[in-house]
Amino acid sequence: MSSHSTDSPRIDALFDRLKADKQKAFVAFVTAGDPDLDISAQILAGLPQAGADIIELGMPFTDPMADGPSIQAASQRALAAGQTLMGTLDMVRDFRVTNDTTPIVLMGYYNPIYIYGVDKFVADAKAAGVDGLIIVDLPPEEDDELCLPAMAAGVNFIRLATPTTDDKRLPEVLNNTSGFVYYVSITGITGSAAPQQQAVADNIARIKNHTKLPVCVGFGIRTPAQAAAMAAIADGVVVGSALVDVIAETAENKAETAEEVLALASALAEGVKRT
Amino acid sequence: MEQKNSYRAGPDEKGRFGLYGGRFVAETLMPLILDLEENYEAAKNDAAFAAQLEDLQTHYVGRPSPLYFAERLTAHYGGAKIYLKRDELNHTGSHKINNCLGQILLAKRMGKTRIIAETGAGQHGVAVATVAARFGLPCTVFMGATDIERQKPNVFRMKLLGADIRPVTSGAGTLKDAMNEALRDWVTNVEDTFYIIGTVAGPHPYPAMVRDFQSIIGRETKEQMLAREGRLPDTLIACIGGGSNAMGLFHPFLDDGEVDIIGVEAGGFGLDTPDHAASLAGGEPGVLHGNRTYLLQDDDGQIIEGHSISAGLDYPGIGPEHAYLRDTGRVTYVSATDKEALEAFQLITRLEGIIPALEPSHALAHVGKIAGDLPADHLLVMNMCGRGDKDVFAVADHLNVEL
Ligand SMILES: Cc1ncc(COP(=O)(O)O)c(C=O)c1O
Repeated sequence: MSSHSTDSPRIDALFDRLKADKQKAFVAFVTAGDPDLDISAQILAGLPQAGADIIELGMPFTDPMADGPSIQAASQRALAAGQTLMGTLDMVRDFRVTNDTTPIVLMGYYNPIYIYGVDKFVADAKAAGVDGLIIVDLPPEEDDELCLPAMAAGVNFIRLATPTTDDKRLPEVLNNTSGFVYYVSITGITGSAAPQQQAVADNIARIKNHTKLPVCVGFGIRTPAQAAAMAAIADGVVVGSALVDVIAETAENKAETAEEVLALASALAEGVKRT
Repeated sequence: MEQKNSYRAGPDEKGRFGLYGGRFVAETLMPLILDLEENYEAAKNDAAFAAQLEDLQTHYVGRPSPLYFAERLTAHYGGAKIYLKRDELNHTGSHKINNCLGQILLAKRMGKTRIIAETGAGQHGVAVATVAARFGLPCTVFMGATDIERQKPNVFRMKLLGADIRPVTSGAGTLKDAMNEALRDWVTNVEDTFYIIGTVAGPHPYPAMVRDFQSIIGRETKEQMLAREGRLPDTLIACIGGGSNAMGLFHPFLDDGEVDIIGVEAGGFGLDTPDHAASLAGGEPGVLHGNRTYLLQDDDGQIIEGHSISAGLDYPGIGPEHAYLRDTGRVTYVSATDKEALEAFQLITRLEGIIPALEPSHALAHVGKIAGDLPADHLLVMNMCGRGDKDVFAVADHLNVEL
């Protein structure tokens, strides 16, 4: 059975506080450098104020195999604007100058990290103030690659559990997991249709039989009402594509982008806190 | 029993060929590829599965494909004795059918009811659509929008065969993007769908499985050459996109140390330009599409689109076993440019009355570079893995001929 880790205290501290307050976590996803570095930094800086408890920061990649059109486009905008992995770590470092409490989890694909160099990456990420990693294409079978080095460096490795992760597999998936468990609510890519509440509730109960870690739910959650419904059955709710879509919709008028994204984040946070 | 120190021992239980290969997939897919591996291992040891496959290979595909002595080509270069392994004569016109038959039998065995695939040149897509029609399964083929434009005849063939063609516009709209989209479909439709990958790439067990289904090319070649010349060939040459036709020819010969083995990557406009698809010559090890292998990428680990005149070769990666064979030095990898391939295409058409696909035209271009300097008793085998019907419009275009 997995237990709380103590090496990356921001995530654990957050969930301890939320638990004491009988509150759920709102996890906001945006892609680093989308639509450009300045606006992305503004969004990042404003998210805690807007009610985000955890920021999931996407590391752009040319071939985001688990992402739908919205987050694919976000990656492409960020890369076109010159975002690099080093630039993403710089953003986190800048954010930490004024915020030392909101956990930041980097989400993405393995190749840019592999090319950066795994040991250098986990050291630099830790130093920059990164709390956790969610790497889509690293299942437990590949734990030697990044999971173990990240844990050794004091960075949480947050695992995705999915509807296809059966009871036989769950212990393996939860082993070497820390921070929280990210339950992918559907079989599919980001930005897909909304999940079935009952099926999600059943699966969360199943996961909780195997771990004491908090379970956050993501994929397909777009509206404050959906966020409220999911918050009723999970420890946290992740919203990504809906926020990223606002960036796409305001592409013609970027002066409004940060404000509009943060407005939606506030509404979603209210949904999560309503429960 | 595999011998120790064999080049044919891989992959290990983690799906690795040395550093390369592996299972770099989303958790949603992980249970599926474990299930696939288990079912493939069982099928491999099932005599009934082998018998059904062999029957189809004989009566549906037309195997064995001939090993043809190219007399006029040999005379033209004035050196090595050139043989062509004629997999272009297979039903559907390329080696791709060898693998598709194996995989669809496995899909049936696993009770899957829907087939998906990616395709570049459309040869794999046509082969998948063909076996799907033959076995009565619905089939969706993901194809880059750019490739749809340059491979119109194959697109129509797939439609005739009843396949649903999904154009992919992300990225450059070529093979890599089609593979991303097929993986996205697979993650979404996990219950009923079987993904027929078209080359020796992807997560374990695909590289090994596709290799095994394609190895019939090399096994036949060995037998045919022994019957014909009483000994093994001296040199094998094949073109490389993902590397399946090459691996199929090479694998049975890997432990025959006296056989020189050469893979030919797509040199595009030249290796000194950014526009090529030679991942071994111009790439670095990285992780994409479920495996670690050499990839065309930038300093930030972002994948670069390959370029080749041939839609079947412009993949920015290469099968992981080739990466391993390159690092160990067992196989030599070279490249041929668009221009060289186009010249070879025309030459063999005139000299042998065989219109090749643009993919094996790259292999042929390399034959042209070395054959003349080899002695007359040097036995050279080139894998003629596809015919050129699909390419005649593209070639006309390059030759500025209006059809
Ligand atoms: C005739 C032909 N040869 C070669 C290839 C390249 O694939 P591989 O390297 O897997 O043989 C293709 C791919 O579409 C093809 O159609």
